[in-house]
Amino acid sequence: MTSGDLAIDARGLVKKYGAAIAVDGIDLLIKKGEIFGLLGPNGAGKTTVILMLLGLTDRTGGTVDIAGHDPARQPLEVKRHVGYMPDSVGFYDNLTARANLAYIAELAGIPRAEAKSRIADALERMRLGDVAEKKVSTFSRGMRQRLGLAEIWMKRSQVAILDEPTSGLDPQSTAELLAMIRELKAEGMSILLSSHLLDRVQVICDRVALFNKGKVVLQGTVPELAKAVLGGGIVIEIEAVGDGVAAALSRVSGVTKVEPQAGNLATNKYKVFASRDVSADLAAAVMNAQGRLIRLAVEEPSLDAIYTRYFEEQSRAA
Amino acid sequence: MPRSREGSPWTGLSAVYSKELADHLSSVLMRVLEWLVILSGLGAVYTAVQQLKTTTAEDRFLFLHLFTATSDAVPINFISLIGFLVPLVAIGLGFDSVNGEFNRRTMSRVLAQPIYRDALLFGKFLAGLSTLAISLVALFLLVIGLGLVLLGVPPNGEEVLRAIGFLVASIAYGGVWLAVAMLFSVIFRSSAAAAMCSIGFWLLLTVLWPILVRFVSQAIAATPESIATGQQTVGQLYLEVALSRISPNTLFMETMVGLLSPSTSSLQLGLQFIIPSQMLGTMGTPLQFGQSLLLVWPQLTALIATVIVFFAITYVTFQRQEIRA
Repeated sequence: MTSGDLAIDARGLVKKYGAAIAVDGIDLLIKKGEIFGLLGPNGAGKTTVILMLLGLTDRTGGTVDIAGHDPARQPLEVKRHVGYMPDSVGFYDNLTARANLAYIAELAGIPRAEAKSRIADALERMRLGDVAEKKVSTFSRGMRQRLGLAEIWMKRSQVAILDEPTSGLDPQSTAELLAMIRELKAEGMSILLSSHLLDRVQVICDRVALFNKGKVVLQGTVPELAKAVLGGGIVIEIEAVGDGVAAALSRVSGVTKVEPQAGNLATNKYKVFASRDVSADLAAAVMNAQGRLIRLAVEEPSLDAIYTRYFEEQSRAA
Repeated sequence: MPRSREGSPWTGLSAVYSKELADHLSSVLMRVLEWLVILSGLGAVYTAVQQLKTTTAEDRFLFLHLFTATSDAVPINFISLIGFLVPLVAIGLGFDSVNGEFNRRTMSRVLAQPIYRDALLFGKFLAGLSTLAISLVALFLLVIGLGLVLLGVPPNGEEVLRAIGFLVASIAYGGVWLAVAMLFSVIFRSSAAAAMCSIGFWLLLTVLWPILVRFVSQAIAATPESIATGQQTVGQLYLEVALSRISPNTLFMETMVGLLSPSTSSLQLGLQFIIPSQMLGTMGTPLQFGQSLLLVWPQLTALIATVIVFFAITYVTFQRQEIRA
């Protein structure tokens, strides 16, 4: 990976507040055109990292190159090419959606004539065209978040940084917003987003970094992380009726463990841990044991599982 | 980390300025202000004209009495009204200028645009000052217009110069309180706290300070004889005048009197011996405008310097602040 392929190249990033260390030497390499998720609990240092990348907070140590510029030395150049949507983004409530964007366009130095067409286009794209002339005070949370994305789209940013874009949204608005973030990516934008809602974000992130206590503890694609944390194996859920099913399942080669789960009265549920995908063999085993197979599903590795497992292991090790 | 910034600190200044000015001019506060301006202008002119109609003495500076005259019924003249209104208006314009952006959660979004913080703060200050200037010019023209109609005497050239000097000093005085209010709005995240502190500071300097000054000068410079007779010594008097000038209110009032009462020949002893009736009277020979300007020059520059000092403190405080919202 050469630096030309990177949208954000941050190495050894450190932020100290007096004796307290908020960010403790992290490296973030984000490729052009990818969606990168910063995940971790509240207070893990995600927002501090974002503010340092933008140059809104001075870093204590490390180097940053974002969209080809150093935010500590060339803050204006960085901010010209980077769009930012803060956590619970706010707008001027007494102004219309269009006027809010017009102000930002003027601050960003976009010529007025061009700003006009860009704003119309951005509002249309984020499905805010009908409410462009409405005051932002009437907007719902989801609409405000979309207006935040419209602002980034209007700026034609190379890099978009979204801090907790889906927090406080209902499931439908979340799905809409994530679809719009994907659209930004399709236009060639590199996107860095932070979240503590793992399962939502998993869907759209190409790569993620798990944060804890100011450090990146895991970094990579979701399957990579799954392999690192959960081991190479897979988990298969089976729901079946019949005696002796559990024994039959555990005799299948490749199965490492069978865990009975709480089912309803008529059926039994099992969680089968295996070193490879043995779903076909498991189905056959249930049939051979005179059982009735009701459901069989291979569990996708979820960030939630990875995350929970990782922190369980950490606390066990400590 | 040693750093040198690239790019101009003024990028975006005009955008911030025009947005803030538009906000101020369309705000409810401005509606209230306009009415306050109109009513106070009418009130002051009415009082002054009532008083002037009873005076028949020939006077070169009849027009200026519009600003300085008081009647026995209403012991408030136009300049004391201005001295009271301008700080209130300035505080009203400034107390939520910075913390308001934090509370609306727009600060980080605005500062994520290619501008420096300098532009944001300076743009807000200039917009506040312009709003103040617009109201004051309107009030000024209203009073002059009414004066022309009711007195039927046009102002002479020197009166116009003096009146313009009055306008400049009022704007500078407003600038002081605007900068103070903005400083508190940078320090406190709560707008209410900033408003209370600004008003408290204003009351301290205008109402309590003159009283404190008397105590302090007495404690420091009084002699046994002066205490026995209850008279002030000269040293005590000078100390009192010097201390009272720490308050921008004193500076403003001295500037006003120096400019609008041409017969004021010295401000060495403050305003102690210039009582309202004297301001109306024709005691002493009137000074030329240039001489009067020289007389109030220290007060006027001190006012402007106070604006700069408060703005500089605000600027430094704001630059050091962590932007997280």
